[in-house]
Amino acid sequence: MKEVKSQANKNPAPGKQGGLNAEIQSRIGHQLRAMYDDVVRQGVPDRFADLIRKLDLPEAETQTGNGNDTRDGKHQ
Amino acid sequence: MPLTDSLREDILASVPSLRAFAISLSGNGDRADDLVQETLLRALANIDSFQPGSNLAAWLFTILRNLFRSDYRKRRREVEDADGSYAKTLKTQPAQSAHLEFEEFRAALDKLPQDQREALILVGASGFSYEDAAAICGCAVGTIKSRVNRARSKLSALLYVDGAEDFGPDETVRAVIGGSGG
Repeated sequence: MKEVKSQANKNPAPGKQGGLNAEIQSRIGHQLRAMYDDVVRQGVPDRFADLIRKLDLPEAETQTGNGNDTRDGKHQ
Repeated sequence: MPLTDSLREDILASVPSLRAFAISLSGNGDRADDLVQETLLRALANIDSFQPGSNLAAWLFTILRNLFRSDYRKRRREVEDADGSYAKTLKTQPAQSAHLEFEEFRAALDKLPQDQREALILVGASGFSYEDAAAICGCAVGTIKSRVNRARSKLSALLYVDGAEDFGPDETVRAVIGGSGG
């Protein structure tokens, strides 16, 4: 159930072309993860941290602050 | 289950990968963050339907994926803004030498059919198993596998094979024909 390894690398290329294909596939996998991880490394923007924190508060506390504006977690 | 502190922390911890998924799907940073916000609001509003002990990331990704799909249908007629806008969302720009390659990759990814793109991202970048990816996309495991394979073939055709053809058969064939025909 939880095999979250890197199937990307290990997945045998779809048959036909062998070596070159495998090399290309590994480059594609690398580029894909580079693109993705670049965003992951940006962490959690304040906007979302605030949103999650705010919605976690008991209702009473949320309402004392700024009404029930639950749609937009920004304070500017 | 109720929104406990630890569940809140787990949701928070999923935000970076949710953003990466959203940006990879949409190719647009602003739109991606709107999607993530909508996903979080929806998740928090429906937190009671989350099964304790099940895969929280998969649950959140499912919500985001479905939102993206309905959003995509709505926006179909709008002008796509994929070029360049993605790169601007990156805090660390890719190194200059790699930049062109990166843009090409992004452009090729955007050319994939949506089914294939999301399958490839879930399995190849998010690190989900085929089973989890199938659950997220609401399809069979075999379907995910074949989408991922087709996505990979198409990307390699777009990125590598097309380029190679410029020096490929035409030149060679002409040389052979020219040489032997005399």
